[in-house]
Amino acid sequence: MNTQRHRFDTVIIGSGLAGLRASLEAIKGGSVAVLSKLYPTRSHSTAAQGGIGAALGNEEPDDPEWHFYDTVKGSDFLGDQDAIEYMCYSAIPTVIELEHMGVPFSRTPEGKIAQRRFGGHTKYFGAEPVRRACYSADRTGHAVLHCLYEQALKNRVQFFDEFQVLDIVVENGVAQGVIALELKSGDLHLFESKAVVVASGGFGKIFKVTSNAFATTGECLSILFEQGLPLEDLEFFQFHPTGLYKLGILITEGARGEGGVLLNGKGERFMERYAPTLKDLAPRDVVARAILREIMEGRGIDGKDYVHLDLTHLDPKILEKRLPEISSFCKIYLGLDPALSPIPVVPTAHYAMGGIPTDKKGRVLRDVDGSYVPGLYAAGECACVSVHGANRLGCNSLLDTLVFGRETGTDINRNLKDLSLGKIPPHRVDKVIAFLQFLRSNKGKERVATLRDALQGIMMNKVSVFRTREGLFEALEELQVLRDRFQEIELMDKSGIFNQEMLSALELYHMINLAEALVFSALVREESRGAHYREDFPERDDVNWLKHTFVYKTSSGIDYKFKPVVITKFKPTERTF
Amino acid sequence: MSPSKLYLFKVKRYRPNLDDRPFWQSYEISLSSFDRVLDGLIKIQDQLDPTLAFRKSCAHGICGSCAMKINGVNRLACQTLVKDLPTLIEIEPLPKLPIIKDLVVDMSPFFEKYEKILPYLINNEPPPERERIQNPNDQEKILEAITCIQCGCCTTSCPTFWTNDKYLGPSSLLKAYRFIYDNRDNASLERLQKIIDEMGLLHCHLALNCLKACPKGINIPAHIIKLKKFALKKALRRK
Repeated sequence: MNTQRHRFDTVIIGSGLAGLRASLEAIKGGSVAVLSKLYPTRSHSTAAQGGIGAALGNEEPDDPEWHFYDTVKGSDFLGDQDAIEYMCYSAIPTVIELEHMGVPFSRTPEGKIAQRRFGGHTKYFGAEPVRRACYSADRTGHAVLHCLYEQALKNRVQFFDEFQVLDIVVENGVAQGVIALELKSGDLHLFESKAVVVASGGFGKIFKVTSNAFATTGECLSILFEQGLPLEDLEFFQFHPTGLYKLGILITEGARGEGGVLLNGKGERFMERYAPTLKDLAPRDVVARAILREIMEGRGIDGKDYVHLDLTHLDPKILEKRLPEISSFCKIYLGLDPALSPIPVVPTAHYAMGGIPTDKKGRVLRDVDGSYVPGLYAAGECACVSVHGANRLGCNSLLDTLVFGRETGTDINRNLKDLSLGKIPPHRVDKVIAFLQFLRSNKGKERVATLRDALQGIMMNKVSVFRTREGLFEALEELQVLRDRFQEIELMDKSGIFNQEMLSALELYHMINLAEALVFSALVREESRGAHYREDFPERDDVNWLKHTFVYKTSSGIDYKFKPVVITKFKPTERTF
Repeated sequence: MSPSKLYLFKVKRYRPNLDDRPFWQSYEISLSSFDRVLDGLIKIQDQLDPTLAFRKSCAHGICGSCAMKINGVNRLACQTLVKDLPTLIEIEPLPKLPIIKDLVVDMSPFFEKYEKILPYLINNEPPPERERIQNPNDQEKILEAITCIQCGCCTTSCPTFWTNDKYLGPSSLLKAYRFIYDNRDNASLERLQKIIDEMGLLHCHLALNCLKACPKGINIPAHIIKLKKFALKKALRRK
């Protein structure tokens, strides 16, 4: 294979909000390369609809302290409170800074940044919903992503578009660089650097029905996991309550923030029973479970497996001005005008609260004692700080990417003089080439698409919103079978350029790894908290389980450890909404 | 859900290092009336021919990856329902961009055009402590332009671009508009001069192909006409 070598101070994997925000900071200290498996503006951050949480108080009184409290309670008290406090107080300057960079936020009549209600965001510590989500219609992610990309171009960040990461090299406990495949040429590129930032996004594609893009397959998490580095709190995977029926496409929580309500087959506004105060604007784990309960108890629409999101009572101007994107795709995909008919919805796999453990500076942790890997950073959905704990609140994800993306870049600049330029040893390159060789030349009866469908089916049926020990054990066994079947894989495309079958096989290999780590974490945690619901352990158990799960790959299989939760201000209490 | 129907997908293919020139390959597949052209392509890739290459990502019209020419019109495969097309569906790569493989074209010449128009907010005054004020009427002016997803459907449908690959194209002109009419930006005239000097504004002859091509329904010619009027008013000409 042709091989090219590059040297940069910082290499960032991923061109979503976290990666771009980190790049804007790191470029102040040295050279920066951003690697993306897509063209940068295709990154999945662009699909974020609803908003960014910040207590600006533009529409009504608000307070970062309330934001802090809501996030802790939303996380089912598993989020680390020092990090959450920092994020919520930083939210205000973060959003103002975006506005100064040029983000076209929607506006109040006085021309200030407009804000809307969102799930779990309240005033006076839970009393009633508050307008905290700063939005640009229902295209907030798109507006911010394009702006940050423009700023990165202006500041001469170097982009390597359509580069698939094959290895993140950690040797002697220190980050050395990244090995990537250029899709267009089929060449191998070695990026040696002082710092590596993993900002690769989520991995919703391990589930059959998901709001996530095709590219969100999580290989970077798996690559670190395979080197013995831990992954934290993987058992917490958020299902967004309102995915379009069958398609899984996201309908923003902003639709309920603007007054939309959920209705069951009897026409009841059932969230009143599950969350008397916040109703449809309760946190996502609560609403997703409520919808599925209604369906399981026969109260879906016409007894079927979906409920209705009703926006027909809203002023059509609101749909037109503040929710144009979702209105448009309801029309395109379902032939349905949400101003006239309710939207069929069902929960859809949406967001990983867990991921690569980091500290507040974005440094990747190697152990529960807080020791870290010099030069290795992570930010955004692939990382776990943890600010979302067991359940993320809507519009805290964009905030997380921006706040901790910036922190990451800042810390790199602070340490650049002490970090030495990495070296990628030949044996790492050989290993990568051998794996590609295996994929391209292996003979067997298995096809990538068949195995991928099987994986997504297992995860959807046994590891989604409701879990049991029995189901999780079965899932682990079935994943082991899949792993064996993967060895029998044979590709029809043997070419070197833009070989999408080979890329899918590579993604699948890592998705099986990640799925296994997730199921293992879910089996370990014998309680129900946030998005992790065990039917055999339906209660939250603070005595035994108020702690983070770290899973590791060892020579004898997966092992686990626990890390205490940082609790500063808000003691765990019963979580009602 | 809905009864399925047989469709014939005729796909223009090109395999680097194998083919001298593109060729057509046909695939017959069964799809439901809710399926999109993208679903059809995925089905082909999964079940019939994994060697077929095309881009995809968000699958709901916000990332711009799956732009291609479908039955003669540039559109997003994820936003085009098969039931709205005849049962013979012809798919080609976006026109006039170098083909890498099958439906995958090299988008770099397209993206490089943006970099010529100062595609970022320029405001050298010290920022206020809070947000810059932009009243809703001011924002209304850029509301349509900011929805662009840079899929390339418009520029690659433009006859001026077909004959002159230096032409900035509707997409970059729209991006310039987005900043020129943003009341927070202070470099309107500089940018306007740039899109005149860089083989841009004056080369648009209003063929209006971009109007039909935009999958986000943006009235791009209306924006370009407004830029032309602005340039006239300022009596700007090529330097």
